[in-house]
Amino acid sequence: MPAAVADRLPALGWQSVVKPSVFIACAVPFLLLLQALFSGALGPNPIDELTDRTGTLAIRMLLISLALTPLRGVLKKTWPLRLRRMLGLFAFFYAFVHVSIYLVLDQQLALGAIWEDLLERPYIMAGTVAFLILIPLAMTSTRGMVRRLGKRWLALHRGVYLAAAAVVVHYVLLAKGDLVEPFVYLGVLMVLLGYRFVRLLR
Amino acid sequence: MRDWMKLAGIRSSEITDEKLFRQRRHLLQASAAAGVTGLIALPASAQGKPLEQPVLKSEFSTTEELSSKETVTTYNNFYELGTDKGDPVRYADRLKTEPWSVTIDGECDKPGVYTLEDILKPHAIEERIYRMRCVEAWSMVIPWNGFSLADLIKRVEPNSRAKYVAFETVVQDDLPGIKRNVLEWPYREGLRMDEAMHPLTMLAMGIYGEQMPNQNGAPLRLVVPWKYGYKSIKSIVRISFMEEQPPTSWNMSAPQEYGFYSNVNPERSHPRWSQARERRLSGDTGGLSALFASKSDTLFMNGYADEVAELYAGMDLQKFH
Repeated sequence: MPAAVADRLPALGWQSVVKPSVFIACAVPFLLLLQALFSGALGPNPIDELTDRTGTLAIRMLLISLALTPLRGVLKKTWPLRLRRMLGLFAFFYAFVHVSIYLVLDQQLALGAIWEDLLERPYIMAGTVAFLILIPLAMTSTRGMVRRLGKRWLALHRGVYLAAAAVVVHYVLLAKGDLVEPFVYLGVLMVLLGYRFVRLLR
Repeated sequence: MRDWMKLAGIRSSEITDEKLFRQRRHLLQASAAAGVTGLIALPASAQGKPLEQPVLKSEFSTTEELSSKETVTTYNNFYELGTDKGDPVRYADRLKTEPWSVTIDGECDKPGVYTLEDILKPHAIEERIYRMRCVEAWSMVIPWNGFSLADLIKRVEPNSRAKYVAFETVVQDDLPGIKRNVLEWPYREGLRMDEAMHPLTMLAMGIYGEQMPNQNGAPLRLVVPWKYGYKSIKSIVRISFMEEQPPTSWNMSAPQEYGFYSNVNPERSHPRWSQARERRLSGDTGGLSALFASKSDTLFMNGYADEVAELYAGMDLQKFH
């Protein structure tokens, strides 16, 4: 929605309209995925398809959540920051579903095979690093934790840059043939991190 | 009785019994499949015309459960039609297969441009049920219709300089995948002469007793069951006999990852992912049971080692992967 409109909205409109709308927009892909699953639209290899789609959704949500701070700078409005937590938590939600599908459906909790994958496949390693970083970020996302951790909260949550880099590396390393999508994400990430780097130098 | 069966210690009597057993099973499977697909509206391009020729049974067939026709015709890698698994069936109608001819050239005594009819006419059509193992760690069991490539090769009389056979896929400018350079077109594949002459290596023009659907590589494709699926080149327009090893598409794209031989080998991991196990796509599409399908161990040479291992005697298969 246009920034001017958002900033003119009374607080009630923000709480009752904007946030729920963004929530629904983030949840719709999950509902569509469930619908596709139950209607058979995921095809003969639903495990691979679910893994692909939840992974892509997690990357997109993470990149969108990282785009909100630069968006504030560009628009000179503060409303994007108020969506950061929700988008970050959705990114974690999709990552959690993605990892669960890998562990439970793909590997069927075969610990030996999972361990071998982790040690021998750089893309699994990168994905694991990203997910392990996201866990404490999601756990410390409440207002209470922000207050309690103070400055340490900010330091901890800078970990999201590393998680985002690891997740893009994860995708670049596993792609076969068609590399356009992973490199688009890599480009977007570089712009988003580059923006912060330039601000830091100034 | 074939020589390789003697080598593998298979008696003719076993084969006969097995064939009878399979034919009954096959009938049951076919009627069950018809019952299921009757409920699901298949895309037009997934419904082939029945073959006109009689189809002979083959002793090369496996008795494993067939993947459903819907699975085999809707989940494909055919990058000329797009990189998504659903793209080939979605854009199948864009591939023009009539008229079709194949250029046969290089080190042979009867080079020329052969129409599809010229190529197919002298050959008895067999049904061969082969395992198909994709490099992406999934597999299917597919009833191909066709004949041994060796029978065509003998007709065109390769000379003594012919050490390799190279194949090319058609390039049609309005195919959606051709507009993007995911691979360098035309798609190219190749076999060593002894691999090409091996009786398991076939040219297929149908599946499930029907004409080859476009998304599966109509009208004529290669099937090499002990190699990763990408070696089984689709929609062939050129067959060349060569003295030197020909360039092949995936090898050109990423030589460390895809070798010329590309034999199925669980001991030789793809540098980025494991090849030790595979998921069999049997194909009750729409059923949630596919979510709980467990992976099985991948077999050396995709389970055809008894027949083909001697082709690679003394070779370092890690190096020549």
